[in-house]
Amino acid sequence: MSAPAVQNSAAPRRAASRIDAALIGLVLGAVLLWFAPVGMGRYGTYVLSLWLVMSIGVMGLNLTLGYAGQTSLAQAAFMGLGAYTTAILTTKYGVNWYAAFALSGLLTFGVGLLLGFPALRVRTHYLAFVTLAFSTLIWLVLRNEQWLTGGVFGISNINRPNFFGIKLFGALEFHRFVVVVTLILSLKLWWLVRSPWGRAFTALRENPVRAASLGIDTRTYTLLAFAIGSAYGGFAGALYAPLVEFIDPSPFSLSQSLFLLLMVVAGGAGYLFGPFVGALLGVVLPEWLRFAGSLYLIIFATIVLALLVICPQGVSGLIERGWHALRRKTGGAR
Amino acid sequence: MAEFIAYLIAGIATGSIYALAAIGFTLVWQTSQTINFAQGEFVMLPAALILLAVKLFGLPLWAGGLLGIAVFLLIFGAGFKLVVVDPMIKHGVLPLAIATMALSIVMKESAKDGFSAEAQSFPSLVPTDMINLLGISISLQHLAIIVVAFAAIGLLQWFVGGTRLGRQMQATAQNPTVARILGIPVERMVLLTFLLNAALAVVASLLISPIYLAKFSNGETIGLFAFIAAIVGGFNQVRGALVGGVLIGVADSLAAAYISTQYRLAVPLVLLVAIILIKPEGLMGRKEERRV
Repeated sequence: MSAPAVQNSAAPRRAASRIDAALIGLVLGAVLLWFAPVGMGRYGTYVLSLWLVMSIGVMGLNLTLGYAGQTSLAQAAFMGLGAYTTAILTTKYGVNWYAAFALSGLLTFGVGLLLGFPALRVRTHYLAFVTLAFSTLIWLVLRNEQWLTGGVFGISNINRPNFFGIKLFGALEFHRFVVVVTLILSLKLWWLVRSPWGRAFTALRENPVRAASLGIDTRTYTLLAFAIGSAYGGFAGALYAPLVEFIDPSPFSLSQSLFLLLMVVAGGAGYLFGPFVGALLGVVLPEWLRFAGSLYLIIFATIVLALLVICPQGVSGLIERGWHALRRKTGGAR
Repeated sequence: MAEFIAYLIAGIATGSIYALAAIGFTLVWQTSQTINFAQGEFVMLPAALILLAVKLFGLPLWAGGLLGIAVFLLIFGAGFKLVVVDPMIKHGVLPLAIATMALSIVMKESAKDGFSAEAQSFPSLVPTDMINLLGISISLQHLAIIVVAFAAIGLLQWFVGGTRLGRQMQATAQNPTVARILGIPVERMVLLTFLLNAALAVVASLLISPIYLAKFSNGETIGLFAFIAAIVGGFNQVRGALVGGVLIGVADSLAAAYISTQYRLAVPLVLLVAIILIKPEGLMGRKEERRV
């Protein structure tokens, strides 16, 4: 505020360089993850893939919550919708996985629009309530419509897709496939957030009233953010089904949706890398805390609680704060 | 007909328990504009704490009850406000709401690991007999629940509207700034609200645990139904929470009896969506003047 002229000229350049760093970070991360499972064994590789798949789901929720400032309590339900769509289409109707993947995304996008439209028309706050109801209804259908979903017994023998004739049956091959899909989806999101759309989302989050006064159609953008976020949930589900090869309703319950929400916040809502950090805390940390047994959920939730009380911006916010403090310190020394 | 009335009474009984928890939602909402997603766990925990106190220290039930209730009020009435709500309220409503989700996981899993993963029987304060009234058999427990819950809610209404302390509390909820100017000890009033919330949870816990057993996962259903009840009735009204709670309880009971046991949960949810589309502020709610 004291030197607006200097800051104005520096800010866009710094923002641009940070975004480029994000792009480099994404690609580097993908390369690293491509080779990461070497020597990790089947289970380690599976956990790594699961982390990425969950990251995609959390990424979508991050768009809804972190960028558009809306609480969705149905991300796990959207994942379930995607997973079941893919599983049913590929096992019962022999549909190609890629087509099933696209359809899962399309379906969840459409359902997102359908849910968001009345909820956001009424009042922004009510999206949380509508998604809560939707989440529970989906769970009921998954459990009770045995002819379609297999009920509590679920659907088994879900095949993994081919990649240009290469069969991806092995844990390592499928992991690399997941890495590629995750990279594509996160690049798409990186582009989206950087585009005028993304700026509109951010403006919306920072100050909805001001965004509206700048001519941003808040309702449309919020709705789109929610629908795209839901589609990411569908994509994550479409990858989840062939990864675990067996699905039942339990990982798509309301409490799982809340858990995903905690991951967004723990990782840092509104940060590009937040979802990866959040999913790391939610998926991989339990593996490290295996010695603690069932206590890991308590530990995870306590970490999130403490993190929220100390730093509501999550781990990414904490890192950013530390980085700025460090820069200030070295700058002062110079 | 006799059957219908029996279902109706059972519905009103569970509904009045949802109402107790839903009033807790509205109390916390009024003073801190946040949704306490751990509300269901607030109802689950007192019963677990009481049984734990009895088991650990070999106390008689009444002493264990007092100890459990005291510990609960201290930690989840006062402690909740001081440790979670106070430091977080300045960061806005959303982080706080999400913090309460984390709290609900901590409470649920702690009850599972620290108390028991199995459902434990909880002593009933009234006989579990059925009485026959004009050919309709009614459970005494249900009647007792209705009487106690309505008495508690009536008492609360009287306290809030009819006493000096209650009116100060109400003034604080409606406009803290003006209340402060008028010399009301706002902080103490907010603390009182949180203690009242915890106390209502204790009452609900004592009423519901003899029927549903003391179980770590009870909070999920109670929290969900109470949440729906609060929205349906109107989030900013104690009266609304009561109407919403009873409505949801009756809808659930009748749906289980006449529609489908598998989809009984769907009926309150459809009710919820229908009501927020037609009357977003809830059946009894007034439109929010304050910006959220």
